[in-house]
Amino acid sequence: MLATRVVQALPNAENVKRRLFKITSWNTVLVGISLLFSIPLAVVFGSLFFPEYEVWAHLRATVLTDYIGNSLALLVGVGFFSLLLGVIPAWMVTMYRFPLSRQLEWALLLPMSMPAYIIAYSYTGALDVAGPLQTMLREFTGWQYRDYWFPEVRSLGGAIAMLSLVLYPYIYLLARAAFIEQSVCVLEVSRTLGCNAFSAFRRVGLPLARPAIMVGLSLVVMETLADYGTVQYFGVSAFTTGIFRTWFGLGNSLAAAQLSALLLAFVAVFLYLEKRSRKQARYHHTSNRYSSLMQQRLTSGRGYIALIICASPLIFGFIIPVSLLINWALDTYAEVLGKDFYLLLFHSLLLAFITSILALALALFMAYSNRNNQSLLNRMLVRFVSMGYAIPGTVIAVGVLIPFAWFDNSLDNFLMENLSVSSGLLISGTVFTLVFAYLVRFLAVSINTVEAALGKIKPVMDEVAKTTGMAAGTIVKRIHVPMMRGSLLTALLLVFVDVLKELPATLILRPFNFNTLAVRTYELANEELLADAAVPALAIVIAGIIPVIIISNSISRSRPGHE
Amino acid sequence: MKKLIIFLLILHQYQVVTAAEVNIYSARKEALIKPLLEQFTKETAINVNIVTGEADTLLKRLEVEGRNTPADVLLTVDVARLIRAKEKDLFQQVDSELLNKTIPEHYRDAELQWFGLSLRSRIIIYAPDRVKESELDSYIDLADDKWKKRICVRSSSNVYNQSLVAAMIANYGLEKTERWATGLVTNFARPPKGGDRDQIKAVAAGVCDVALVNNYYLAGMLESSQDAEVAAAKKIELFWPNQDGRGAHMNVSGAGILKSAKHKKEAIQLLEFLVSDTAQQWYADTNHEYSVNPAIESKSILKNWGKFKADILNLNLLGKHNKDAVLLMDRVGWK
Repeated sequence: MLATRVVQALPNAENVKRRLFKITSWNTVLVGISLLFSIPLAVVFGSLFFPEYEVWAHLRATVLTDYIGNSLALLVGVGFFSLLLGVIPAWMVTMYRFPLSRQLEWALLLPMSMPAYIIAYSYTGALDVAGPLQTMLREFTGWQYRDYWFPEVRSLGGAIAMLSLVLYPYIYLLARAAFIEQSVCVLEVSRTLGCNAFSAFRRVGLPLARPAIMVGLSLVVMETLADYGTVQYFGVSAFTTGIFRTWFGLGNSLAAAQLSALLLAFVAVFLYLEKRSRKQARYHHTSNRYSSLMQQRLTSGRGYIALIICASPLIFGFIIPVSLLINWALDTYAEVLGKDFYLLLFHSLLLAFITSILALALALFMAYSNRNNQSLLNRMLVRFVSMGYAIPGTVIAVGVLIPFAWFDNSLDNFLMENLSVSSGLLISGTVFTLVFAYLVRFLAVSINTVEAALGKIKPVMDEVAKTTGMAAGTIVKRIHVPMMRGSLLTALLLVFVDVLKELPATLILRPFNFNTLAVRTYELANEELLADAAVPALAIVIAGIIPVIIISNSISRSRPGHE
Repeated sequence: MKKLIIFLLILHQYQVVTAAEVNIYSARKEALIKPLLEQFTKETAINVNIVTGEADTLLKRLEVEGRNTPADVLLTVDVARLIRAKEKDLFQQVDSELLNKTIPEHYRDAELQWFGLSLRSRIIIYAPDRVKESELDSYIDLADDKWKKRICVRSSSNVYNQSLVAAMIANYGLEKTERWATGLVTNFARPPKGGDRDQIKAVAAGVCDVALVNNYYLAGMLESSQDAEVAAAKKIELFWPNQDGRGAHMNVSGAGILKSAKHKKEAIQLLEFLVSDTAQQWYADTNHEYSVNPAIESKSILKNWGKFKADILNLNLLGKHNKDAVLLMDRVGWK
């Protein structure tokens, strides 16, 4: 059905009248869907109409500066380090050949499968004052706790490090895809014009990839602001911990929702600034001519330096924490594995599968309608829906819970009055509600990816194809699909991995007797049984690795002339 | 069509109402209650369905689901949340002779809307090589200058700390408690981070000399399969605070039956099972919690720690002062 819609939306001079009509009805559907997915966000913003003066006065007088200061510090820190860890290796593995560079191309994505709270648990277990490393140090040297300096994992700096290590792959992924797409000619011309390798990167490669890198950065920023597990564990009072404290401690869910609205305002400002800064300097690919990329082979010394630079994010973001988890899991796997465990795995995969497919379908639908209809309303709605990514899962979950339960209860009342039958709770507390919440939270990922892919297909290409007598369906099949295949797969798998890792919304909305790997990991880790939590944690990582490798391969193949 | 809808709805409701089952929203982690629930099903042939989560999110879910909620029972790990549920008018009164007989009056609601099921104590632990037992006294004493930069405790976002401070407010008043908390915060050896086990490990590693923790975690560490946990726990000693005063502060886990429960009979059966000798013995032996039934004696490590005086403060006051406690901790900078 989507295919026919797409076909109808293509420029079609013979049938302007029919097309206009179709587009309008299609548009209504788009507005309807966007509104539906905006409901939870609207609930969050709606809280602003019921100001809680007393709580706000208290927050302002005591902890609000802390929340804002720490969240901003996290934002800047994680943004900076993930750019560093993402962009530099992306450029190096694309442009140069050095030892293991082929393997690093895909391996650098692996930390993406690691939930931030899990990397935090594992590093704390190893590096904390009471951990094996410091204990050994004390026993070996005879020092006391205060006699030596050791970096404190559980601190603001530690939180920045943990989040950067697992979030940089978003930037790496998009930056590498952008570098791969760049016309080699442009880079070669820059070299003939006197750029050295570095200035070719700085003055040509980087600016051309900037839009893609910014998309990655905004995903990183939103994930950072929505993180609760890590900051809570590290005792950093950020916005999210404040939201929960206000809700649970003060018992005021309204003020908590207002804090979330403030958090959203942060995100909106960031997104706006990013858009505006790009407007002033538009970068276009000036040539679409591709020739096979000559990767420069680095000499042995430089090659090993490159290897060290590119391997470190992988080592710290994946190899070390996974080894720590394996070490714990060896102690406990016998008790944890069982029939029950495979059910957890099945639930996690099922949710990830359903959600990623729905998210892709919705994103395609939204992106195609936006392509054909530049109405401001459409764009605003799609942007608004994308903001869900920055809201903590718990808040989204409540935003979903309230309208759904309201719908169920109203329907029940109506049926009771008119048919004397009770429908009970029809959709609340079902997997449907849970998937809906995931979509609200993760649609941003698929929308961004699909829109970027569709943006590369210029309308002029459709028109040229038309002059050759291709039918609309053929255009989609022969031009759009091949050009977008890689990106669509990426959109699918990114959401898949995100759902595997998702915890808070799952915790609140899941049906009876329905647990996932993330829920089990959290429950054990929260009881401070880190060793027992290692097995389900590893399972999340392993289940996430396969899609990550598929994404990477599909991107490599997308470069013309790149084997 | 209309008939079909009615038929389907009736079928849907039929399933909800008639099966011999009971539905629980539980703030207690699944691993810490599952064995008991399985035992219950084995004995009564009543199926138990469970969703776990944070107490307040479960409360929210109950609130918005309203009278149609499928849940029959709410289980929590702290009494303040039970009281919050009662204030939101979610519970119903339960008249069970067995419950009233087994659970002492101060561990159940005066209007019989919620019931305590198990207990944990908030104790002081210390490093015997740096602190003499005679130096320790009460919670109040921890604000004394002699403890400057020597105390570890977890974040005030944690409900155990909120309950402790709420109890202090109830016992000593807001003003005195605030002065105490101010002193306590200046005595922190480091900003609060981690859980209770982390505080125990920090004392063992020399970061601080004393810590406020839940004794349940200490017992768990002593019986852990991880050598490092056992080693850390063995380096520290336990001290029962307030033995000359009101007694040690207790965290009460408990449950109530929801107003809209569709399986009230089964729900009462479940609560009665949870206070039965078998279940209470399980709490005490396997889960390292104290039984609400004074007749039950633990065979686990708890037994070695001996008898102690527990604060039998009116638990409703904990609920009443929870918010004040959080506001107070914000003011004194207890992160």
